[in-house]
Amino acid sequence: MTDTPAIELKGISKAFGPVQANKDISIRVMPGTIHGIIGENGAGKSTLMSILYGFYKADAGEIFIGGRKTEIPDSQAAIRAGIGMVFQHFKLVQNFTVLENVILGAEEGGLLRPSLSKARGVLKKLADDYELRVDPNALIEDLSVGHQQRVEILKALYREADILILDEPTGVLTPAEADHLFRILRGLRDEGKTIVLITHKLREIMEITDTVSVMRRGEMVATVETARSNPSELAELMVGRKVLLRVDKAPAQPGRPILEIENLSHTDASGVQRLRDVSLTVRAGEIVGIAGVSGNGQSELLEVLGGMATATGSVRLNGHEIPLTGRKADGKTRRAQGIAHVPEDRQHEGLIMRFHAWENIAFGYHHDDRYGRGTLMDNVALRRDAEDKMKRYDVRPPDPWLEARNFSGGNQQKIVLAREIERDPEVLLVGQPTRGVDIGAIEFIHQEIVRLRDKGKAILLVSVELDEILGLADRIAVMFDGRIMGERLPSETDQRELGLLMAGVTEAPAGSGLDAVEESLRDKERREAARHD
Amino acid sequence: MDLATILQVLDSTVRLAIPLLLACLAGLFSERSGIIDIGLEGKMLIAAFFSAAVAFATGSVWLGMLAGIAASMVLSAIHGLASITFRGNQLISGVALNFLASGLTVMIAQVWFSEGGRTPSLMTGGRFSDIALPFAETLRPIPVLGPIYAELISGHSILVYVGFLMVPLTWWVLQRTRFGLRLRAVGEAPEAVDTAGVSVAGLRFAALAIAGLLCGLAGAYLATGLQAGFVREMTAGRGYIALAALIFAKWRPWYALGACLLFGFLQAIALRYQNIDLGAFTVPVQVMDALPYILTVVILAGFVGKAIPPRAGGQPYVKER
Repeated sequence: MTDTPAIELKGISKAFGPVQANKDISIRVMPGTIHGIIGENGAGKSTLMSILYGFYKADAGEIFIGGRKTEIPDSQAAIRAGIGMVFQHFKLVQNFTVLENVILGAEEGGLLRPSLSKARGVLKKLADDYELRVDPNALIEDLSVGHQQRVEILKALYREADILILDEPTGVLTPAEADHLFRILRGLRDEGKTIVLITHKLREIMEITDTVSVMRRGEMVATVETARSNPSELAELMVGRKVLLRVDKAPAQPGRPILEIENLSHTDASGVQRLRDVSLTVRAGEIVGIAGVSGNGQSELLEVLGGMATATGSVRLNGHEIPLTGRKADGKTRRAQGIAHVPEDRQHEGLIMRFHAWENIAFGYHHDDRYGRGTLMDNVALRRDAEDKMKRYDVRPPDPWLEARNFSGGNQQKIVLAREIERDPEVLLVGQPTRGVDIGAIEFIHQEIVRLRDKGKAILLVSVELDEILGLADRIAVMFDGRIMGERLPSETDQRELGLLMAGVTEAPAGSGLDAVEESLRDKERREAARHD
Repeated sequence: MDLATILQVLDSTVRLAIPLLLACLAGLFSERSGIIDIGLEGKMLIAAFFSAAVAFATGSVWLGMLAGIAASMVLSAIHGLASITFRGNQLISGVALNFLASGLTVMIAQVWFSEGGRTPSLMTGGRFSDIALPFAETLRPIPVLGPIYAELISGHSILVYVGFLMVPLTWWVLQRTRFGLRLRAVGEAPEAVDTAGVSVAGLRFAALAIAGLLCGLAGAYLATGLQAGFVREMTAGRGYIALAALIFAKWRPWYALGACLLFGFLQAIALRYQNIDLGAFTVPVQVMDALPYILTVVILAGFVGKAIPPRAGGQPYVKER
């Protein structure tokens, strides 16, 4: 290790109109280290990295790569400077092979054949060196998300990148895949590569980084050695105030069963069976968390219960059967029966982005008598009501005339939560409550869900964030391939056991558990692919 | 039906398929790069007019062809400017170009030639003459194969042979060259091309230039090969049929050849058999003329099977984080 930083940024500033995304940012990243950059959504992390990769031009400031002042006007220049970037949303051509994706833009000459055979050799070497094994002839669309990410890393390494930037790399991975990624990254660091990891997950920062820089509202607030810091200090730096990282809740006092699900099955429009004999009970005063890798039937479970999809089987609410098909199996009827639904995809299913906040706060309940009788709605009452709810849920800004799309992710979620929780439902279905939501707002949203629980309501929580499930749920059910693989109590399980269940493994095999998980994930994908054909 | 009749129908199939094929390959380049090209019709039409007009004025069919290509490429450039540089709606830009070509050709023709929106008939020299392949006449007496060689394979204008050669050439460019790889990539995932440090706009403009060139050839063939001069709306929807053929061909060059030959065959049948007497009733000529278009509708209505268009087709590329 030398004293010359691999990357040094001096006084970088960037504004988008009136919004100052980066304010006078300076940072030094030493070679051969894993450097974390952490901050809330909108803190300016991605903007900063986009400047480094030539996507945006900084308004002011200088970039030094390996001690040399470097201009990076476009991605080509970044690649020449030895920078590789793995974006959060992969930049891969889905119907190309791995090889074709790797050589794209880095071909040797006018004809493809020589480049392809060279890349084949390089890929083999990289696979041996860094556990970066991917079938070079596989089509991207047939690969798991984890393998697609490896292709992105391979692309960078094929271009001989010395600096690898990863933007929220674990957001789409299972715990096992994330572990594998971290092994790869450590291997790369040990070979002398410099790695910049952008994330909002404190656990990852603590687990893998050597140094961490914290960003808040476009400014770099601190750079510390990870070993000398701790999660709560970092969280405080990120948010600018003390934050409760653990969900503060009393032990659950479960009462009588409210929602009883038996043998629920659902087949989607393309003929794929998404739910297979799901049985689950949610009692008064408890939060049941559904864990699972996304796409294993959790979304469909919420849709069926929320009245957005039909199913076979039986669902009882307070002992009364509710219809799962026909005219009464719709969202309006479910809401009238006391089942409130905070959908997973709030921007498409929870809100109408171009409608005002007050309209969004009324949706689904706008037929209520107190908002006017007959054809006409009492808009004044609606707005007064909305203003009141927005204040109580600390929606910022509390302006009912603002369109939904103009609120941040956290505030959009608060609008949906306010709408659903304030009607005092018997059952709250809540999907991905904190996806894309800042730490500060996460704390608030979790508190509201716990508050509803403590009022004796039944809550069914679906989340792909294991931390969230472990922290918030009183009982955990794991879904895989449309089935409930098992139920666990948070106090009696851990990430590892849940991770295995999420991969469809009920018995942990002796030896390399992680490989078994990967194998079973690949199996699942192969089945999926076969079904789609 | 004797061999001579079959050969005549097939011969006219080839002649009628060529403009479709050239336009279809033009559309293929454009759409594989992610730019939907409804303006094939207009480009062919304007190329047909300028090739006929310049061929008439200069007496050189080659100068005519170059003028046609140039005119077609100008329209391609406008399409690129509107839909790539200014990120406009590609369908609207294409439709606008079709209207532009439709009006412009007739108006200029009227101003220049005063013959009711057409060019004067082209004499020899202003038209592509048919090429007799070697030994065509020598081999003619050989049964079956002789006439096939002499009638069907030999005796077409140079552009027919160019058109057929374009098929393997297109395949080779797409599948075997760096440019082809990038072109296919930019129609599927422009963000992947952009982050790889290659210009998305550059590739798409290049694709449109090729489309302009091929449409120019198609138009020149219509006015100076197939017919002897320009008449208003002489493309008669061929640009749209080429688009249908492109979908039918699932955006692949060899399939495009098959699809265009099929459409050409239908047109040839319609030309040859004006009224078909089925005994109980007679199929009127209008039905026969409409057949290629009816088939287009049927095909577009989903008899193609699963045709997956290039994923980024129709969407202007906007850089995002």
